[in-house]
Amino acid sequence: MKCLVTGSNVKVLGKAVHSLSRIGDELYLEPLEDGLSLRTVNSSRSAYACFLFAPLFFQQYQAAIPGQDPLRCKILMKSFLSVFRSLAMLEKTVEKCCISLNGRSSRLVVQLYCKYGVRKTHNLSFQDCESLQAVFDPAVCPHVLCAPARVLGEAVLPFPPALAEVTLGIGRGHRIILRSYQEEADSTVKAMVTEMSIGGEDFQQLQAQEGVAITFCLKEFRGLLSFAESANLSLSIYFDGPGRPAIFAIKDSLLDGHFVLATLSEPDPHPQDLRAPELQQPAPQLQAHSTPHLDDFALDDIDSYMIAMETTVGSEGSRTLPSTSLSPGFQPHCSPGSHSEEEDDTEPSTVPGTPPPKKFRSLFFGSILAPAHSPQGPSPVLAEDSEGEG
Amino acid sequence: MKFRAKLVDAACLNNFTRVSNMIAKLAKTCTLRISPDKLNFILSDKVANGGVSMWCELEQENFFSEFQMEGVSAENNAIYLELTSENLSRALKTAQNARVLKIKLTNKHFPCLTVSIELLSVSSSSRVVTHDIPVKVIPRKLWKDLQEPTVPDADVSIYLPVLKTMKSIVEKMKNISNHLIIEANLNGELNLKIETELVCVTTHFKDLGNPPLASENASQDRNSEQMAEVHIDIRKLLQFLAGQQVNPTKATCSKFAF
Repeated sequence: MKCLVTGSNVKVLGKAVHSLSRIGDELYLEPLEDGLSLRTVNSSRSAYACFLFAPLFFQQYQAAIPGQDPLRCKILMKSFLSVFRSLAMLEKTVEKCCISLNGRSSRLVVQLYCKYGVRKTHNLSFQDCESLQAVFDPAVCPHVLCAPARVLGEAVLPFPPALAEVTLGIGRGHRIILRSYQEEADSTVKAMVTEMSIGGEDFQQLQAQEGVAITFCLKEFRGLLSFAESANLSLSIYFDGPGRPAIFAIKDSLLDGHFVLATLSEPDPHPQDLRAPELQQPAPQLQAHSTPHLDDFALDDIDSYMIAMETTVGSEGSRTLPSTSLSPGFQPHCSPGSHSEEEDDTEPSTVPGTPPPKKFRSLFFGSILAPAHSPQGPSPVLAEDSEGEG
Repeated sequence: MKFRAKLVDAACLNNFTRVSNMIAKLAKTCTLRISPDKLNFILSDKVANGGVSMWCELEQENFFSEFQMEGVSAENNAIYLELTSENLSRALKTAQNARVLKIKLTNKHFPCLTVSIELLSVSSSSRVVTHDIPVKVIPRKLWKDLQEPTVPDADVSIYLPVLKTMKSIVEKMKNISNHLIIEANLNGELNLKIETELVCVTTHFKDLGNPPLASENASQDRNSEQMAEVHIDIRKLLQFLAGQQVNPTKATCSKFAF
């Protein structure tokens, strides 16, 4: 395999590696006919990321020596990242970057041709590996959001960099809501809750019902977002209900990127409540007593975080029950013309118009997430074939 | 208890943010006292342990276009809240391009100060950021510890030089010694001094001016050239100087004998 990147594309490649480094510790490099793919997955298998650079991205691209099978390798993310560590340096001094993989040598060679005749050669050791495949299909997801990366960048700006998880949902009036997510386990130290509400008009595509919400890892999402912002691309989010992986995608003529992140789902302790009809229609206001018990929440269910590893489709049952979406009264705190001005703050009960901060309840029980039948399309499966198997 | 306030002026918001940043730099938790005319930020580390105590008063009229509050009761018409100072400054930080900022006391499973910010946006749609800052309501019986400190008559009071200058000097001195000696007299002279076994460094300020002293007797008895001296922990002084974001018209340093 041999490929040559020149000019400003070197920095683009570097930025992609930075984004991938936010997810996993190992980089899977695979030259394909349709381009060079760089993939990674995190240790708990709850996040998968992939960038595919089309042959046109490169000045020269040779996937494999004719007659030979294309080589694949797995390298330590840290090693590969160290080549592209300083993006400023890449932009200022590097003119060309050549990546080559020779079957005979046991090294992945990355050469940076810099100004003033300086050439930096990195020989990185790698491991042979099977292809890291994640089977996912954005077309299967019922909900889609698409916005310029800049809009999403502004949306996450109010959240502290240390925040682990965020909930994304559709509120009343087709507003997109992002809210910081706090684990119940840490309830002794109450943390500040931040919520950002953006009008649907800022989005290029908004195909999702009100009340739908998913919770995912913000840190991992920021990895793709920063790349999309620097490349000035639009970012699409394909998602289903809580518990199902969400797909974040960017695309332009020379590359595309996909980040698949697991979303939080809670096993619902009172399935009978979910079937209650009043919860299935958006209620005009939130009843004060509608706040459920917060301690029924089982958050640390690692299974619900994992992007399905099983190869068999029939194991839907492990992904828990109806997931939950935001309660019917979910709406931004200060939507234009809202009634929040008349709120009476003297009562200790829930302020009307404010959603219960943590518990989600299902609106769509039975429609999307019925565990009885298997999903239509291919289920998102991450299967790293173990060596020796097909 | 009720509290609701609205802030619409950019300059007011800027000042309020700076005050909040200053508090956040000084202590992790602070007390916010809300009364009909004022907002107070109170830090009351026990002075005996070498802590910093601070009383900051803001006239609510200078900041808010709307301000309504109802205290614990008619006789005790105030609200005392304890909160993490960093939360407030972080919330205000997101209000850089705010059209309107609203703060109110709410109860979302626990008492919160909800800061709601409507952002200016290029597009037609509005953007709203809401922060729920968890607060603890301080019970009436603890209010007596949080009253305005009385400033006793000082031996010497002097106007400080530009705080930025003072900060850069004290910062350099911090590397040499843990204690700083401040000397001042009624003649407008101030010395910042550090003394170690190996070296002694003094910075002299002249012509600073002294505020009028409260009691006549004290000033007459005292020789205006005579220096009053205090030893303080340099890091605490730096913490105070570093936190200063509001440009004061006058900063006064007073030395008292206990």
